[in-house]
Amino acid sequence: MTSRTVLNSDDIGRAITRIAHEILESNHGTDDLIILGIPTRGVVLAERIAEIIRRNGSAMPADFLGRIDITMHRDDLARQPVRAVSPTNIPAGGIDDKVVVLVDDVLFTGRTVRAALDALNTIGRPRAVRLAVLVDRGHRQLPIRADFVGKNLPTAKDERVSVLLSDIDGSESVVIEQ
Amino acid sequence: MKHLLSTSELSREDAIHLLDLSDQMAEVNTREVKKLPTLRGKTVVNLFYEDSTRTKTSFELAAKRLSADLINFSAKGSSVSKGESLKDTALTLAAGGADAFVIRHSASGAAHTLANSGWINVAVVNAGDGTHEHPTQGLLDAMTMRRRIHGLGATAQRDLSGVSVLIVGDILHSRVARSNIHLLKLLGAKVTLVGPSTLMPHTELFEVDVNLDFDDALAANPDVVMMLRIQTERMSGNFFPSEREYVRNWGLTAERFARLKPKTLIMHPGPMIRGLEICSEAADSPQSTIVEQVANGISVRMAVLYSLISGERSLDV
Amino acid sequence: MSSFVLRGAVFADDSVADVLVADGRIVEIGNNLQGDEVIDCTGLRLLPGFVDLHTHLREPGFEASETVLTGSQSAALGGYTAVHAMANTNPVADNAAVVEMVRNLGARAGYVEVFPIGAVTKGLEGAQMAELGLMNQSQAQVKVFSDDGKCVSDALVMKRALEYVKSFDGVIAQHAQEPKLTDGSQMNDSELSAVLGLKGWPAVAEESIIARDVLLAEHTGARLHICHLSTAGSVEVIRWAKSRGINVTAEVTPHHLMLTEQLVSEYNPLYKVNPPLRKQSDVLALREALIDGTIDIIATDHAPHAAELKDCEFSAAAFGMVGLETAAAVAQNVLIESGRSNWQRFAEVMSHNPARIGRDENQGEAIAVGAVANLTLIDAEAVRTIAAQTASKSSNNPYQGLQLKGKVVHTIYRGQFTVRNSELQKVVSA
Repeated sequence: MTSRTVLNSDDIGRAITRIAHEILESNHGTDDLIILGIPTRGVVLAERIAEIIRRNGSAMPADFLGRIDITMHRDDLARQPVRAVSPTNIPAGGIDDKVVVLVDDVLFTGRTVRAALDALNTIGRPRAVRLAVLVDRGHRQLPIRADFVGKNLPTAKDERVSVLLSDIDGSESVVIEQ
Repeated sequence: MKHLLSTSELSREDAIHLLDLSDQMAEVNTREVKKLPTLRGKTVVNLFYEDSTRTKTSFELAAKRLSADLINFSAKGSSVSKGESLKDTALTLAAGGADAFVIRHSASGAAHTLANSGWINVAVVNAGDGTHEHPTQGLLDAMTMRRRIHGLGATAQRDLSGVSVLIVGDILHSRVARSNIHLLKLLGAKVTLVGPSTLMPHTELFEVDVNLDFDDALAANPDVVMMLRIQTERMSGNFFPSEREYVRNWGLTAERFARLKPKTLIMHPGPMIRGLEICSEAADSPQSTIVEQVANGISVRMAVLYSLISGERSLDV
Repeated sequence: MSSFVLRGAVFADDSVADVLVADGRIVEIGNNLQGDEVIDCTGLRLLPGFVDLHTHLREPGFEASETVLTGSQSAALGGYTAVHAMANTNPVADNAAVVEMVRNLGARAGYVEVFPIGAVTKGLEGAQMAELGLMNQSQAQVKVFSDDGKCVSDALVMKRALEYVKSFDGVIAQHAQEPKLTDGSQMNDSELSAVLGLKGWPAVAEESIIARDVLLAEHTGARLHICHLSTAGSVEVIRWAKSRGINVTAEVTPHHLMLTEQLVSEYNPLYKVNPPLRKQSDVLALREALIDGTIDIIATDHAPHAAELKDCEFSAAAFGMVGLETAAAVAQNVLIESGRSNWQRFAEVMSHNPARIGRDENQGEAIAVGAVANLTLIDAEAVRTIAAQTASKSSNNPYQGLQLKGKVVHTIYRGQFTVRNSELQKVVSA
């Protein structure tokens, strides 16, 4: 198995910062903004994006960050052993008529995002849903695209893209393994 | 986990996992749309040999909220002499493509038999077997305690270490008591059984404290007082002389309730008889968890069904 | 009729000799005997044919579980030459017609002598005395009476029955179970039953009836036999009664000598039996009592049940287990393999004593010239893995999968091989 590092710690930091600014820019500020991380690493990325927004935004509501578990909306549950479910936390004001930005680490087939959109449906009706990902590696199986992308990464289908984040993995990089 | 037959078979890890998952299911139950597609295409059979509106409805809601198809099968009488055997009923219902059987039966061990007899290869959930166990009740009680004692949002990975629990009443005939005893002890709680000696089983293997004197047990300031239903037919069985004598000695009366510390939880698996085992003051107090227990029951049963049948179907019998 | 010689068998007292059998009787015991056929029995243990005082043959009424023929064949394979057939058939063996029918079915089958046991009360209902005298005077000549499966719980009925059978030297075999203390009971009353939520069958329900009945036996002077002792306390009561000279005998089943309540932990109805399997301390007390003579006999309580009566939830399952083909191996385990007793005691508990209690003619006799040739030869060294299915129609066999030492090789009933080289033979019935 060969592996090569495509983003290092600094690259990741810059990408997150850029995404945060792009979100602010496209939303014309922080009004009605909700950031929801998709477990596991999307939650950490969402926290970091939120932190940057909090530092740069004005009149930010205290409670605009959350997490949404998509496990129970997956379409492949019956093909695998029982999957662990993570907690879902939705900001107290709910998501109705808000702009929800979903955050995940890697955009691949699009099935995770599809599940996240379904999960959102059970919680409320946002005015708009956006998608932010650290890496877009292509090979979509559903008509889904990201609004904010840290890095577009051309990959072969059988390659594995791993995002390592210090909060979870102890080190920080994006690695392609074959 | 292939079946849920008794809490005595759970590991601590299993129990904590189920409770954490139950809390996540509880979050789903607060959503606007209380329905998940998770078990779409799966079939759950409610196989109820005893009347039980509460438990049956709870499992039914749990299955439906996870989008499973549900079949309700109610049968009266169980022995081979009274009609179709459990085996034949199970075979018939399984032939329709069931993924889980939820069984309530008057015979202790009926769920074990259904799971282990080799009749069917379907996940089995024990929804109460005779005077043996009622594991989802134990789980929902533990869930309720965790949420009250640690606070919502602070329950993940937590057990009940150091929590002192009195279980009061007809322990002998109570499957709720048995499931609670095993589970609460697994989670580190200190359990004391209280009740008339005639309704106290041999407790050596349960490894719990027994105190026949309710007032003495209350003096130790328990964190939780769990009252069990007392069935009036126990009187004709000479387990105790009269309702009056029972209430005087083992009822959670207003006077006893007033002596409790303000944070002591009052629990009851229902259906309760006000004025017998529990007074209205206690049942309706903020300390009472009786309504929460019902709500948590749905979450626990969702967690159990999810854990047993959401994954790929194992081929081993 | 032809003659045959059993060559070189080992007797219960460890002596070695040849036995010449002709015309259904033992003709000569000695060395280098000759006959029409000589059967090498070197190393085999020669014992009087076993007598079971407690067998359920199920016929009439429950032929799906067992018949007199299949039960007799199972008995022969177990080394038995006589069995006593319990009365809880349908119709109940509470009158001369039924006991004569069972007796005749036994004779027609021809594998063992079948002694019908008569019910003590009509319909086993514990209220009205059955026609004990007429059953005794019938061709079946019943001397053992039992409501087995149910207890004669009414003290007055029990007292009268003892008094009544005393006049013709009958014996009441009591199934000691106080009914109210065991209403709905499923297993031994213990810490384990509490955990399993199965209603307990307390030892005192057995012991209190035995205590009452030995006093009634003392009072009436009649013969009392206690079926299937299962508790250490029962042993104490019997020991006390015998020390007072009360005319009481007691039996223990193979399963109560070998198996404990732990087997019930998984709710497997195979191990559901009445009285229930008890604790190891009870097993040890029963083994000791069998060795020291407090308990007189091993009786199988062979209780075959059709598959559907055991393939169900525990409380719906029938009580009972088969045991005819494993009883001798269990007896060997308790008496011989333990190093605590000897083959003479083995012969007493499996043959001499049950025949004496049943007043069975030509059964359980000493192996001597002139005696009817009811003989069993076992290979005490052979180790068997027990299969669920035996010659019994039912396979509710708690020993299945276990390895037991000791195998019946030949069974000779009235000078005829019913079992030879451990295989059932065709017999010419009487």
